[in-house]
Amino acid sequence: MFKRVDGDGRGSVTIHVEGQAIAAREGDTVSAALLASGLDVRRATAVSGARRLPYCMMGVCFDCLVTIDGVGNRQGCLVPVAEGMQIEIQKGKREIGK
Amino acid sequence: MSAAPKQDQYDVVVIGAGPAGLAATAMTAEAGLSTLLLDENAGPGGQVWRAINSTPVKTEALLGVDYWSGAEIARAARDSGAEIIHRATVWSLDRDLEIGVSVGGGSAFVRAKRVIIATGAQERPFPIPGWTLPGVMTAGAAQTMLKSSGLVPDCPTVLAGQGPLLWLLAAQILRLGGRIDRVLDTTPRANYIAALPHAFGFLTSPYFSKGLAMMREVRAKVRVTSGVTELAAEGDGTLSAISYATASGKRERLPAELLLLHQGVVPNVNLAMAAGIEHRWNERQLCWTPVLDAFGNSSVAGIAIAGDGAGIGGAQAAVVRGRRAAGDAIKALRPQAKIVDLSAELARAERGRAFLDVLFQPARQFRIPQGDTIVCRCEEITAKDVLDSVAIGATGPNQLKAYRRTGMGPCQGRLCGLTVTELMAEARGKSPQEIGYYRLRAPVKPIMLSELASLPKSEESIKAVVRG
Repeated sequence: MFKRVDGDGRGSVTIHVEGQAIAAREGDTVSAALLASGLDVRRATAVSGARRLPYCMMGVCFDCLVTIDGVGNRQGCLVPVAEGMQIEIQKGKREIGK
Repeated sequence: MSAAPKQDQYDVVVIGAGPAGLAATAMTAEAGLSTLLLDENAGPGGQVWRAINSTPVKTEALLGVDYWSGAEIARAARDSGAEIIHRATVWSLDRDLEIGVSVGGGSAFVRAKRVIIATGAQERPFPIPGWTLPGVMTAGAAQTMLKSSGLVPDCPTVLAGQGPLLWLLAAQILRLGGRIDRVLDTTPRANYIAALPHAFGFLTSPYFSKGLAMMREVRAKVRVTSGVTELAAEGDGTLSAISYATASGKRERLPAELLLLHQGVVPNVNLAMAAGIEHRWNERQLCWTPVLDAFGNSSVAGIAIAGDGAGIGGAQAAVVRGRRAAGDAIKALRPQAKIVDLSAELARAERGRAFLDVLFQPARQFRIPQGDTIVCRCEEITAKDVLDSVAIGATGPNQLKAYRRTGMGPCQGRLCGLTVTELMAEARGKSPQEIGYYRLRAPVKPIMLSELASLPKSEESIKAVVRG
């Protein structure tokens, strides 16, 4: 869907998406890193299970909801990536204990 | 960077680090007022100057001089002595000027003598069939990815809508080697005539020559289809095609994996409305704008609104509005201070806006959807659902919550509120002002219950909920 422009000199940050290691860049948000990964990162809505991807990337639409380091319903577009971060694609409602 | 506020009381708290918030912060802090700037993003800039300190796109011409003009204002705020906290989510503001803010998983309350809300704008909802499909995003979303992560589309991509941002984004994507297969322009033909009386101000504003140059740049590289009157995104679980029709009767279906939508921006009203600030329906901008005096002071004493949250005016006007609000706060707290009159500068920055407002007023069919088109993305409620509820007695957006939960999902009405107001107003033969808007309340962003539970409690507040 998206490619990185030439000359991006930022350092690499490894995050794990459903256990798979992904090379993101310093300053990427979780949502940007997921969209750049080329993986199927569609979440499923809590109401009908419909597939969604981020819509606004600025914190207003909540279609980027994702489980980050075991905490569900995080707005992936507002959270910068960090080395070793564990991402789970949220399918449906936030689960108890997550 | 992400530590809790150092004090529990400030002279001025500014909310939002875009053009208005940065300009206001620099001014109040330089005047010696204790100033706290709270911002939800990882760095300063807001949307228009997003990632100004960290963008990987360093070549100045690629993002343009208007973007880089933000660097100096961000630096001035940083060096002003103000306390600046990023990744801070303000979830509450009340009439006593008490602010609830969540930072790093914990919440705190701070008090201010003056509050300047500079929470800016968001994209206007663009409720077309299929707009919830993966692969449909706002133009602003693509621009955010471009500025902050140097990401550009590389799949079959269509831009659809109208307004300056659409053309700016197209030019930026192309300059950075990204892919655009088609631009579908939805500007209604009648708007060109309606906007004519406002043309003089526009022709003498900087928007004019910049806008023309950008449109020429895009048209030289991408096919542009004008007069688009119908638009739908199609696909099963992901976007695969876009179908459209034009005013002259042409119909076409374009294969696409990415659709970037834009029909202007509207004030981000959630925090201001939750603070009880009076808003009115703006007939020209077709959105809610706050009732403000010349300095941006709202109906709640001590709270001013600056920037696009005060009504869409663009980044240059936002800077001046931020300084006006800051000047008024300084005057209130330091009566002997001399404040420069900025009214001429503001008039200059706002010149040409009326023309843009009228020319790019979105068409009815792109604001008021029909049938199975989703209105509320969170609760997955369609236009037909809303109209069915009106037929059995729902009178306005707040009653509709009880029928359909519209506006009660995580986005708290940000992506459906304007659509619901206009849809219900039309169905009931009333004006949007009469129909009204959702009653917004804190917390205006979701926070953990544990954050609320761990806030310090006074003896009084504990007694208020303990029996006997």
